[in-house]
Amino acid sequence: MQIDIKNLDIRTAHADLMAKKYRVRDLVDAYLKNIEEKNEELNVYLSIFSDTFEHKVESAQAKIDDGTATLLTGIPYAVKSIISIKGKNTSSASKILENYTSPYTATVISKLDEHEAIALGYVNMDELACGASGENSAFGNTKNPLDTTRVPGGSSSGSAAAVAADMALFSLGTDTGGSIRQPAAFCGLVGVKPTYGRVSRRGSAAMGTSFDQISPITRTLEDSKIVLEAISGQDDFDMNTIDTTNLFSPESVDLKKRLAIPRSFVNQVKDQKVLDNFNQALEKLRQGGYEVVDIDFDDLSLALPVYYILMSAELSTNVSRLDGMRYGKKVEGENVIEDYFKTRGEGLGEEIKRRIILGTYVLSAGYEDQYYNKAGILREQLRTEFRNKMEGFDAMLFPTTPTPACKIGDNESPIDMYLGDIFTVSSSVISNPAISVPSGEVEVEEGRTMPLGLQILAKSGDEKTMYAVARDFLNVKNT
Amino acid sequence: MSKNITRKDVEDIAQLARIELQEDEAAAIADSFGPIMEMIEKVNSVEVGEEVQRDFTLKNIVREDEVRDNSSEDRKEIVANFPDKKDNYLKTKKVL
Repeated sequence: MQIDIKNLDIRTAHADLMAKKYRVRDLVDAYLKNIEEKNEELNVYLSIFSDTFEHKVESAQAKIDDGTATLLTGIPYAVKSIISIKGKNTSSASKILENYTSPYTATVISKLDEHEAIALGYVNMDELACGASGENSAFGNTKNPLDTTRVPGGSSSGSAAAVAADMALFSLGTDTGGSIRQPAAFCGLVGVKPTYGRVSRRGSAAMGTSFDQISPITRTLEDSKIVLEAISGQDDFDMNTIDTTNLFSPESVDLKKRLAIPRSFVNQVKDQKVLDNFNQALEKLRQGGYEVVDIDFDDLSLALPVYYILMSAELSTNVSRLDGMRYGKKVEGENVIEDYFKTRGEGLGEEIKRRIILGTYVLSAGYEDQYYNKAGILREQLRTEFRNKMEGFDAMLFPTTPTPACKIGDNESPIDMYLGDIFTVSSSVISNPAISVPSGEVEVEEGRTMPLGLQILAKSGDEKTMYAVARDFLNVKNT
Repeated sequence: MSKNITRKDVEDIAQLARIELQEDEAAAIADSFGPIMEMIEKVNSVEVGEEVQRDFTLKNIVREDEVRDNSSEDRKEIVANFPDKKDNYLKTKKVL
């Protein structure tokens, strides 16, 4: 049975299932067929959960049949391989975890299980979430389905590629410094990072503890809201989670229709096409009734060094648990200490090693005050400054990325990749919500265009305004 | 404070982080550090005042420790991941 999965969204799939146009099995099979056809070339999925399908498909179909189905019942999705599922190899695309079987399931997955959504499998990523291109996996590069000579972005590379290639109806990724928003922008999709604490981190291998959020990558804005709402909520297993009542009710949003643009910060972009695309988006919003105001917020440039200091300090601390002692790959040395050195030396990839060195350095004696403590203070100041500057505005806007997706291999040095985070790290540091929505395409070479994203930042806790502004933009975008 | 991180610096830090780096790995990491440190150093160009305005919406959350019953099923899964074991115990080389 032919299902048009290219144009599918969650509400349509749900309506089709309830109207018995097709069954859950048919929907899952449609995605599995695409995976079979495309995965070898794109290297999106690391594993498919075929052993659990029969049971899951039956349970979902039962809910459809007895009328207890929710919007997400029977909906096939992809899971970034950093999010734990009991009995599966939650490898975080790292050799050091290639033989690890998770003994428990992440809260977000349990929540989706209650809906009987169908996890299709684990998708590729930059190893231990370290990267922004999909080129840092221990299991090979993932390619951008829109142009297979280009990167899909990262670290949620497989999550974005899966949705862009119709290998899942939605996916779960994680965003620490932009790892959902950037690949979503590179693949023409919607990617959101909620207010820190909206979504429980329990079960997601920690990268930057005070930054990490699990969140969806989707084709549509509505799908983004549906999944985010389903996975949000307070959790005793993550004491940083916050109340999420009234997370979304766009009807109750009182929009001022005023947007702030930190103009000189945005104008750092060297690619004129990206600036033009951004300015065109602002013009559309003006036509849609918004007042667009240039403001000064040059301090936002500090977010990048603050992020790299704090994130690498937290990351290096977190991955010190990867030592081969209790789980994962173990390389034997002469004694227990040598076991640690050899296991970590062989099991960890280049990029994660680099970040561990950076994190260890900024925390080391003699440097902790200068880097780590200073960055912590600057983070507080940025949060306060952002709150003050947002007075009287609904949202702040910038491009999601300074460039469209580059060719595989183009990032000659790590700093090139880090500088690409300039626009996404602000909300990671400030912990406010930010969403990237497709803002059109730009020519990257003769006869070839690639998508860009518009990033909408709202105040902490104000996801509803963020979604309302995003909705307004998407409504006027093509007019 | 040195902006120039040498291969030796990287090797010393790798010792702290318990990672065995090959010579060429340490050299490659040291090479990449120049521009990274230049970016990081920007935090030193900013003065911070004595009084730091803290974000009072954030506060530490603590609770009392609770003893929960863990099923032997859960323990089995955890033990199954041990690279070396004896009965239900993790086995390692001598530490002392």
